[in-house]
Amino acid sequence: MPREEIKPWLRTRFFPHIWCPGCGHGIILHAILRSLVDLGKTREETVIASGIGCSSRMPGYINANTVHTTHGRSLGFATGIKLANPALTVIDVMGDGDCTAIGGNHFIHACRRNIDITAIVMNNNIYGMTGGQASPTTPVGARATTAPYGAIDTPFDICRLAEGAGASYVARASIAQPVLCEQYIKKGIQKKGFSVVEIMTHCHTQFGRRNKRPNPVDNLNFFKENSIPKAKAKEMTEEEKKGKIIIGEFVDREAQEYTEAYLKLIERVRG
Amino acid sequence: MPKKLAFWQGNMAIAQGGIAAGCRFFGGYPITPSSEIAEVMAEELPKLNGRFIQMEDEIAGIAATIGASIAGYKAMTATSGPGFSLKQENLGLAYMAEIPIVAIDVMRGGPSTGLPTRVSQQDVMQARWGTHGDHGTIAYAPSSVQECYELTIEAFNMAERFRQPVLVMSDEVIGHMREKVVIPEPGSFPIIDRKKPKVSPEEFIPYLADPEDDVPPMASFGDGYRWHVTGLTHNDWGFPTNEPAEIGKKHLRLVRKIDRFRDDIVKYDLEQAEDAEILVVSYGCVARSAVRAVREARAKGIKVGHFRPITLWPFPDKELIRVAGMAKKVIVPELNCGQMVSEVRIALGAKAEIIPSNLVNGEILRPHEILATIEEVA
Ligand SMILES: Cc1ncc(C[n+]2csc(CCOP(=O)(O)OP(=O)(O)O)c2C)c(N)n1
Ligand code: SF4
Ligand SMILES: [Mg+2]
Repeated sequence: MPREEIKPWLRTRFFPHIWCPGCGHGIILHAILRSLVDLGKTREETVIASGIGCSSRMPGYINANTVHTTHGRSLGFATGIKLANPALTVIDVMGDGDCTAIGGNHFIHACRRNIDITAIVMNNNIYGMTGGQASPTTPVGARATTAPYGAIDTPFDICRLAEGAGASYVARASIAQPVLCEQYIKKGIQKKGFSVVEIMTHCHTQFGRRNKRPNPVDNLNFFKENSIPKAKAKEMTEEEKKGKIIIGEFVDREAQEYTEAYLKLIERVRG
Repeated sequence: MPKKLAFWQGNMAIAQGGIAAGCRFFGGYPITPSSEIAEVMAEELPKLNGRFIQMEDEIAGIAATIGASIAGYKAMTATSGPGFSLKQENLGLAYMAEIPIVAIDVMRGGPSTGLPTRVSQQDVMQARWGTHGDHGTIAYAPSSVQECYELTIEAFNMAERFRQPVLVMSDEVIGHMREKVVIPEPGSFPIIDRKKPKVSPEEFIPYLADPEDDVPPMASFGDGYRWHVTGLTHNDWGFPTNEPAEIGKKHLRLVRKIDRFRDDIVKYDLEQAEDAEILVVSYGCVARSAVRAVREARAKGIKVGHFRPITLWPFPDKELIRVAGMAKKVIVPELNCGQMVSEVRIALGAKAEIIPSNLVNGEILRPHEILATIEEVA
C-alpha cells in the first residue's frame, strides 16, 4: 500500500492503470514517488517526461506536470522544458527500447550535454507494449517474438553507455532492491547534471513467458539470485559475471551542468 | 518618426520577425538553406535572455521547441527538405497535444538529399499532409524579405491563437535574397499571446475548449497548474481515451478550430486580376517572376492577372473562385511537378482550363518564361 503522503501524487482519476497485474513498472513508480516526497519536492515544480511504451505510460498516473511524448524522443522535450525553466525538477522515465533503440542518439547527447535531468531507465529486456519483440538489451540467447530462435546480437550495457557518453551520475539496481532503487533515484535527482538510474525490471507477460520466468515471483527471485554488488563483481572473472546483474553506483562526479553554463553565457553576452 | 530600415536576407528576416513576435526559444539542427535562421537566433537570443539550443538532430530540435512552449515560451524551429521530413512525427504531437510552435521550412529540391543549395516548392503538400492523421494546417508562403518578417509574426500570432504548429514555407531564393525591409515600430502591429486558464489549478480541465473558439486555455509547466500532455487521443482531462464519443469530439475539434476561423486566417494578393481572362496563380519566389510577366503581358494588351495565395493552407479557394470569374484559362507555374495546381483544379473545376507550368531543374521560373506561357495560351 502506498504511504499516505504519496496519495496526492497519484492521479487516481486515471486508474485502473494499463499495466498487467504484477508488472515491475509499478514498483518503480512507487520508488520514484517516495523519492520525490522524501526530497520535499512539490508537484508543481516537478516534471515527468516519457516516450512510448508500457513504462512510458507512467507519467499519466503522476499528479505533476507530465508529458508523454513520441517513441524515443522524450529527452528532447525534457531538454526544452529544462532549458526554458531550469527551476523545474525534470525526470525522464524510459523503457529499454525507448532509451537505447529509437532514442539512443538523444540519450548519448543528453549525457554529453550534462543537462540536469534524471533519466530512469526501466529495463525489462524487451518491447513489452508491442508484444515482446527483441530490444537492444535482450540478452544473447533469450527469445522474443522477433528473435524466435534466440537473440544473437550483443546487448547494450546502459550504465557503461551513459558513463562513456558523459553522464554525471550513473547507477543500477533491480526491483528486487527497492531501497537501493529509491536511494539511487534520490541521488540522481539531487545531482546537478545528467543522471541515469537503470532499474532492472521484468515483463513477465512478454519476456518471462518465453524465457522460463512466466510469473512475477520467478522474476523477483531471478533478480535476487543474480544481482551482484559492484565490489564483488570486481573479483569475478568475465565467465563468472555472465548473466549476472551488477548493481551499484558507477559514476558520481561533478561537472559543468548545461543550463548553468547557458545562464552564464547569457550573463557574459549581456555584460 | 523616421522609418527603421534594414537590408536583410530572407532567413535573417524570419529570425528577426520571430524575435519581434516574442519568440525567445529556438531549437534546431543546421541544414542548408535554412541554417542562417539558427545562426541569427544563436547570436540574438542570449542578448534577450532567450534560449538557443543546437540539438543532435531535427527530431530533437522540434522536440525541444515543443518542450519550451509547454514551459511557457514562444518557440520556433527551422529546417529544410530532409529535416522537414524528420520533424513530421513531432509536428503531429504538437497538433494532437495542441502546443503552439512555429516551424520554418526553407524549401530546397528533393526527394531525399536532392538539391541542397537550389530552390524548389516541392514540400507544399508535405506541409498539409506530412504528418499522419487529420488536423487543420496553417502555412504561409512569403514572396519577399518583408513578408518573411511579417508572416513570421503572423505565424506566431496564429500559433498562439489556435494552439497549434504554424508553418512558414519559405524557399531557397527568398531565404537567401537580400532586400530592403521596413521594420514596424514595436506596438504598431498586433501580438497575440495564448489564452491562460481563468480558473484555479483545482478547477482546471486542461483540454476543455472555450465554445466561442474551440481552443482550450493553456497553462505552462511550472506556473502552478498540473496537467498531462500526450500524443494519444485524449479526453478533456488530457487523459488517453478509447471512448468513441470522446475520440470524435477531440478529433473534430482539432479540424474545426481552424475551419471555423478560416476567413480570419486566409491571405492572398492580387495583381490586375479584376477583368483578367487569363489568370496566373503562383506563390513564393515564383510569384515575383509571375507578377512581372503579368505586367509585361498587360503592356502588350493581354488581359491577364495574378492571384497569389499567401496562405497555402488554408488554401484561398473561395477567393480564387471569386477572382477567377472571368478567367477562361488559369496558368499555375510551380517549382515542382504540380502540387498546388490540384487545389486550383478543385476550386475551379471545369470553369476554366487549368494549365500547369512546372520546373524542377533547380532553377527559378524567370519572368520571360512565364510571359512566354501567357502569350502561348492568349
Ligand atoms: C516511431 C514509433 N515506432 C514504433 C512504435 C511502436 N512501439 C511502441 S512501444 C515500443 C517499444 C517499447 O519498448 P520499451 O521502450 O522497452 O518499453 P516497455 O513497453 O518494454 O516498457 C514500440 C516499438 C511507436 N510507438 N513509435
Ligand atoms: S506487457 Fe510487460 S511491461 Fe507491459 S505492462 Fe505487461 S508486464 Fe508490464
Ligand atoms: Mg522494455
